[in-house]
Order: sequence, then C-alpha cells, then structure tokens
Amino acid sequence: MYNMGAYYEATSVAHAISLLQRHSGPTTKIVAGGSDVLIQMREGKLAGYTLVSIQRLDELRGVYMDDDETLRILPVTSFSHITKHPLIKEYINVLGYAVDQIGSPQIRNIGTIGGNICNGVTSADSASTLLAYDAVVEITGPAGVRRLPITDFYIKAGVVALMPDEVLTAILIPKESYENTHGHYIKYAMRNAMDIATLGCSLNVRLSPDKRAVERVRVGYGVAGPVPMRAKNAEEAGNGRPASMDTVNRAAKAALLDVNPRDSWRASKALRLHLAEELCRRAFTMAITRAGGSL
Amino acid sequence: MIQRKLITCTINGNKIQTMVDVRASLTDMLRNDYRLTSVKKGCEVGECGACNVMIDGECFNSCIYLAVWADSKHIRTVESLLGSAGELHPIQQAFVDEGAVQCGYCTPGFIMTALEIVQSGRQYTRDELKKLLSGHLCRCTGYENIVNAVEKAMKGTAQSIPETISRHRPATR
Repeated sequence: MYNMGAYYEATSVAHAISLLQRHSGPTTKIVAGGSDVLIQMREGKLAGYTLVSIQRLDELRGVYMDDDETLRILPVTSFSHITKHPLIKEYINVLGYAVDQIGSPQIRNIGTIGGNICNGVTSADSASTLLAYDAVVEITGPAGVRRLPITDFYIKAGVVALMPDEVLTAILIPKESYENTHGHYIKYAMRNAMDIATLGCSLNVRLSPDKRAVERVRVGYGVAGPVPMRAKNAEEAGNGRPASMDTVNRAAKAALLDVNPRDSWRASKALRLHLAEELCRRAFTMAITRAGGSL
Repeated sequence: MIQRKLITCTINGNKIQTMVDVRASLTDMLRNDYRLTSVKKGCEVGECGACNVMIDGECFNSCIYLAVWADSKHIRTVESLLGSAGELHPIQQAFVDEGAVQCGYCTPGFIMTALEIVQSGRQYTRDELKKLLSGHLCRCTGYENIVNAVEKAMKGTAQSIPETISRHRPATR
C-alpha cells in the first residue's frame, strides 16, 4: 500500500484542470506514469500526498503531425512508444534513441515523456534532445492554452513553469527545427542500464546541400548545470563552418564556456567538464557522419 | 476513511470486477486479492523487476503501477503459462534446462519479459537480449544461464510456441 492522501482520476484534460483547481496545494501532485511520483511516495518524500492521475487520459497519448508539419508529442506517451513511433523514427530519431537509454525496458513502458520534463530534473534523458530541437511546450489551464519555449519552461532544479492548476498537454517540435537534421545523443553513466546520466549531450546538425559545411548545429546538455541547457557558444563555433574535425574540436572546446556542472557524489566537476567537451566532440562527429558529411 | 474504486479487468484470461483500495499497487492486488504469488515483492521501487507482469502485452513493474489503473486492462502473470495438463511452458522449460533458476525469486519476472521477447516474433542478438533483460536483478546466477535460456526459448519459437492461457479461475478472496 502506498502512503497516499486522496486519489483523483481525471477523465479528460478539462476534468484534470478542475480537479487541480479544487484540490491543488503544497501536497498535491499530478501523476502520469508513476515512475517518479510513486517511487518518491514509497521512499517517503511524497508520503501522504494527494494524487491527481492523468494516467488514463488516452487523449494525451501518441505522436502526431500538425497541419503545419509541427511534430506534436503528447505528454503521457511512454518512452517505449516514443522510440517505436514511425514519426519519431523518421523525423527525430535521436529523441527515440535518447529515451531508450532510460532505466530499463519495464521503466520505459511505464515512464512518460511529459513526466520526464515536468519533474524538472537536469538528468532527464529526453530533455537535452528536446532543448536541442527548440521544443515548445503547450500548457493547458483554466484560462486556456499557452505555449512556452522549453528553455523558459525550466526555472530551476526541480521547478518548471507550471501553475498548480495547469497540465502539460503537448510537446511541439517545429518543422524548422527537425527538417533535414541528423543527431546523436550520448549518455555517459556508470552502468549500461538502470542508471542516471553522469552527463548527457544531445547534438543535431543540418549540413549544406554539398555536405561540406555545417549549416546549423544545436547542442543540448543534461547534468551540465542545475537544469538541462543549450550550449550557445558551442553552436556559434560550429554554425556556418566547414564540416571538419577542426570545427568539431572548436565547438567541443567552446562548450566549456556554456556548461556549469557541479561536484556531486556521482561525479566530480572535473570529470563532468571533461565529459562535456568529449561528448560534444563525439556526438558532433557522429551527427556529421549520419548527415552524410565526411571528416 | 479508506477510498475504494470499482474496476473491471482481465487477469490471466478471466474477467473480474473488484473494489480496490486506491492506495494499492497492482502487486498488492494480484498477491493479496488473487493469490498470484508469482508476482514478487522485491525492491518495490521499480528497480529489480521481480514484480514484472504483462499489461496489454507490455511488461510493467507492477509495484509502481496503481491497482486502479488496471481498469479495463488485460493482465498476465506467470500463472497463465501453466498448460492444461500441468506442463511447463517452453520458456519455463528452457529456464529449467539451462539451469537458469537458483533461488527463483527473480524468475517469474524474467519469464514474463522473456514472454514479451518471444511474442514479438523477432530474433534478437545476444547483446540485444541483454539489454531487453536489463530490468531484472538476479543475485544468484550471474545472468549467463538466464540469457542462454531466453535465447533458447526465442530460437525455439521459430517453431512456434503455444499461446497457453490457462482458464482456471483465479482464487477469489
């Protein structure tokens, strides 16, 4: 048995919002997959909390293409369904690969991509890729729907820009972001499964038509600071430059100006700085190769 | 006051309707209400895989799945693998043949994941199998024989494995 206060099950997004309006408080949590919330309840951190469940809202599951070719990822989609989805495979394969590094196969059937970003943790394996693809989050509340760039969604460690009566209802990837890009994600962890990233780097590139130049590169990091972040200096060092090892090395070095990792019991700051440079180098190399460039 | 909810679901081929405590995990419900004790309580935080069951054809750690969420779902546990004459399922037989069972605590969880692997109809490499089995902890075997057993069952399915779901009623409370 869980040490749970009350339990409310939403039957629609509107119902979820009205439940939150009625029951929100410092000890109320939204639960979707449960692989964070229920574990924290078991461990005592959320003992006695009231849960508002959106687990059974099938209207929040799936991946779709909007009319303007924006990729619409619904938040209660499980990691394994993201990885298997044909639209993800075709347009943003690196996201499917990144969420395939989470936990274990069962956890990937349980956990949801919305939960992965709403818990606000820096190590979320999906977050660096979503940042690197300029994802936009769609939030629904009593006043209606609002949109926010994912960089503004993260406020500080464990805190995201959701009001107590709001629900994340979609993650959008604009066509301009994913079109003609190739990416790679590297999760560095102590174990191959059931581990949290020591550092993660997600990078995607768009090469020029002749494959000789980097038209655009975008770099996202997890565990390189209190929240997932973009590496603008690394990107500037790569944008418009020749697709060469020299560019890759410059970008990797520049990434050190962006990241701000800390010492923790998992790893030292020194190791994380080393990883920030090296993972960027390797991910950039792989992304250029995947895009058809030669180094 | 205990908050309860009425749910209807299918457990090992049997349709049931029951009132569940909203605080119960699916592990709690399957073990306590239906005596399906193949579903083990290990870590209870989704790490060890001992409580693994199949929900609508996908494997879930039932310790971090609320019983109320099982409403309208099809749940399958190792008990469903029992043949009509009491014989073992080919996956179970492979575990016996390969010496993949020692204390046995992790075994039901592994077998349900093996079932998902076998039912996919795909042939995986050994490295892929290791990744697919990575959500289960075994402190006895060193995993080698378990991977051997799953590989054997998977290759055996090329000759098709019977889709046994026993129809005997789960014990009522």
